Amino acid sequence: MNNPILAVERLSITFNHRQTVVDDISFEIHAGETFALVGESGSGKSITALSVLRLLPNNARLNAEAINLHGDDLLKRSEFELCKIRGRRIGFIFQDPMSSLNPVMTIGSQIEEVIKLHFDLPRDAIQQRVLELLQQVELPQAPQRIKDYPHQLSGGQRQRVMIAIALAGKPDLLIADEPTTSLDVTIQAQILALLKNIQQQTGMALWLISHDLALVSSIADRVAVMQQGKIVETGATAEFFNQPKHPYTRKLLNALPSMQNCLAHSTEEKPPLLQVSDFYCHYPIRKGIFKRIVDYVRAVDGVSFDIQQGKTLALVGESGCGKTTLGKSLLNLIPGSGRVVINGVELNGLTGEALRRQRANIQIVFQDPFSSMNPRMLVGDIIAEGIRALHPEVSAEQRKARVRQLLQQVDLPEDSALRYPHEFSGGQRQRICIARALAVDPKLIVCDEPTSALDVSVQAQIIQLLKTLQKEKGVSYLFITHDLAVVAEIADDVAVMYQGKIIEQGGVAEVLTQPKHAYTKKLLAAVPVLKMDH
Amino acid sequence: MVVLWTDALIYLLIVVMLALGLYLRGKEHIKRPLQQIGSSKIGMISLVVLLFFVLIGLLDSVHFKPADDKKNEIISLLDDWATPLREHGEKTYSAPFATMLYSKEMMMLADGSMQWDYPRLEFGGSHLDDPETQRIRDILQKGFYGLAQGVGLTGLFMTLYLCIPTLRRGNTVRVAPAAGAVVNPSTKAVWLVLFIIVPLATTLIHLSAYYHVFGTDKVGEDVFYQAVKSIRTGLVIGTLTTLIMLPMAIIFGILAGFFRGWVDDVIQYVYTTLNSIPGVLLIAASILMVQVYMANHEAAFTSVIVRADMRLLFLCMILGVTSWTGLCRLLRAETLKLREMEYVQAASALGVKQGAILLRHILPNVMHIVLISVVLDFSSLVLAEAVLSYINIGVDPTSYSWGNMINGARLEMAREPIVWWSLTAAFVFMFALVLAANLFADVVQDAFDPRRSGNE
Repeated sequence: MNNPILAVERLSITFNHRQTVVDDISFEIHAGETFALVGESGSGKSITALSVLRLLPNNARLNAEAINLHGDDLLKRSEFELCKIRGRRIGFIFQDPMSSLNPVMTIGSQIEEVIKLHFDLPRDAIQQRVLELLQQVELPQAPQRIKDYPHQLSGGQRQRVMIAIALAGKPDLLIADEPTTSLDVTIQAQILALLKNIQQQTGMALWLISHDLALVSSIADRVAVMQQGKIVETGATAEFFNQPKHPYTRKLLNALPSMQNCLAHSTEEKPPLLQVSDFYCHYPIRKGIFKRIVDYVRAVDGVSFDIQQGKTLALVGESGCGKTTLGKSLLNLIPGSGRVVINGVELNGLTGEALRRQRANIQIVFQDPFSSMNPRMLVGDIIAEGIRALHPEVSAEQRKARVRQLLQQVDLPEDSALRYPHEFSGGQRQRICIARALAVDPKLIVCDEPTSALDVSVQAQIIQLLKTLQKEKGVSYLFITHDLAVVAEIADDVAVMYQGKIIEQGGVAEVLTQPKHAYTKKLLAAVPVLKMDH
Repeated sequence: MVVLWTDALIYLLIVVMLALGLYLRGKEHIKRPLQQIGSSKIGMISLVVLLFFVLIGLLDSVHFKPADDKKNEIISLLDDWATPLREHGEKTYSAPFATMLYSKEMMMLADGSMQWDYPRLEFGGSHLDDPETQRIRDILQKGFYGLAQGVGLTGLFMTLYLCIPTLRRGNTVRVAPAAGAVVNPSTKAVWLVLFIIVPLATTLIHLSAYYHVFGTDKVGEDVFYQAVKSIRTGLVIGTLTTLIMLPMAIIFGILAGFFRGWVDDVIQYVYTTLNSIPGVLLIAASILMVQVYMANHEAAFTSVIVRADMRLLFLCMILGVTSWTGLCRLLRAETLKLREMEYVQAASALGVKQGAILLRHILPNVMHIVLISVVLDFSSLVLAEAVLSYINIGVDPTSYSWGNMINGARLEMAREPIVWWSLTAAFVFMFALVLAANLFADVVQDAFDPRRSGNE
């Protein structure tokens, strides 16, 4: 433990000479250990990792006493020498496997490229090594897959290829920047197990960068927490999670949604608000000159459920299971077929003006707070848009008063109305979106992963806000999510969706504690849980 | 005052731009890119050069019939101002700053004998007694005088500009004279450019009263005058064409992208069809049509300038009709992307009508593309005019344009010694305008393209 693989001393990074994103941090990573750097978005954790490889954007300025790799100061190395270190001594796995592979090169040749760069091997040996690597990352049917292009692989498989590329140089240190964030829970668990496994085989050090405390607790040996460019706490994992010292760490841990909360919900029956029966959403697959319909993509395939007044139904499933399609087609944003009754009014078959009038009943809050508001409009106008469209008789004065009231309800200052969306943080934007949805007094709000783009602490606030609004206004939610822990926090009922069908539904406590369907069990098992006692 | 068709459209354009400026004033998403342009050195320099051209173009767009009208001609403010230049025609070619014609002639001397020699110019350098000894000195002297005038003028402006804010602040607060204004690098650059352009202009103006600074052309007309008059033609082609093409590109592009289905099919068919007809063919056909029309309605087109103007207008129109497809395609693609954005979906979930979604959510979010492509297209249209006039289907041969100047000069390229000044003058003016426009377009693109500036 005396000679760290990587030792960063007093690293600071500023953007444009003003904005300090990393502020005087020092840490060490030892051989064979898993070091986790945890923090919320914007805390500077990814920039720290990039700075070690000197991959910073042009407007960034780095200032450090030393960045030692095996006692060798990287800051003194020329760019040319650094090229031999990147990929060879330090491997890097990026967050998004969808965009980090070159779409026009086969995966085999992309791995080959790295091997050729760092080792002088004959052709056969390179081919051999590529195959070895793909087998090491447990890509199924590796020999046949070498000639595949990235689009032929799933997200999890692509991340495996990314890991293979990172391993190709036989690095001593592997930096994994949010390696599982864009993957589904079950795949996330597989990738983490794989990383841990490879680390044990090769004895390299793993530097994990993540925002997910639960995930970190299951894999890391040592943890450092970053807040606004500073490392506020470092410690061994067990100690760290059992006796957090810094208030910020405690706040983070408290903000984590917990599966235990599901027992607290009431089971009192209320009259149904929304009844959906036998709902389909099929896209035709057309082929040939005449665009003949040969088959259908069954995005939503015969779904029935009820939502009770003032209650929350959580729709759970992995990406691609059709949950978002279902949510949007309930609002008629995507065509679907089946019986949808809200508040006694049948929605299917309505078009034009009649449909527009019913719009007030169901509203939606989207996942991405950055693309869900027109960047060219003032927040006040964004919120008032629904009132203008559905109640043109309301005067401008009344509309303004209503906007003020709505802003107050979602805990935003009144002067927000005269500002543009980009002036707000992700959480605040999500509040604006909620206010926009509330503006027309809906009976039901479809929340399409409203918290998955937010940090843990902000996520907790938004869920709290949604709960409060439900209590005050008696609005129902259809809460679409992939995160079972959030489900436990907010939902009264749960429906688990798999490949376009609802495979299990019931009260939240029932489904989460005594899952019946094998898929639900698998889903629950894959959720990383905070290990408080190591 | 006589308002020609293109004049009217130019006035309309100015009104529209002023209205747009007022409407967009204070809008945050417009203000920031504008500030970025304002702080860019190259942007401000090219803007100053462009504005200089625009100023000349505007002066040339105010037409009237002079009071002592004998020839039934319509002239512009610029013409009026440059009357000596306009009327000081020579017999034929003469080189820049020459005092003699470019070709020998049979002359009758004072004593009645005939001589085969270069005759003195009627106006160029006619104030000199002995051109051979006095000419260079006189040019330098007059040039320096003009230069001094220009420097003085700019200096006066600058002092006024720097003093007024200080005076307004009152005498009690004595701040270093407008320190902020001079320190800003782009402001400095603007003054530097003004210190180059204005003296240059005054020098040329002053000299052109005595010499033909760019020489004369085949019929003895001053080339400097021609080049300056061509500015308006270039600007008109560059701007009016865009004015005609924009509505089509925006409306069709957005509709195709937003509604898809059969609307998209129809619009795509139209623009692919239009794109597959050679533009030159369409232009030639429409120009021919106008000429036939004007020949049949001679009463309505009495003056030469009215005819030339009509042809110019038609050229703009047909260029507009053939050039909207590129922008339309860009806008369609962008709209296809935007209609899937969540704020558009949220708006339709709120029951906002489709027309309102188009106006409030789609249009403002494609405006940056429109702006970028308008500025980029401008320079290519100016060049297109030159090419079209060169092959004789551009502007009227009687109207001044760089294309016509080049066309006229091309035959003399084979002459020995070469007649180079017409071509050079057209080239220098066009180059300055197009370069300024291109540099400005670059800066605009950097400022408004969200992917480059990251301001969204």
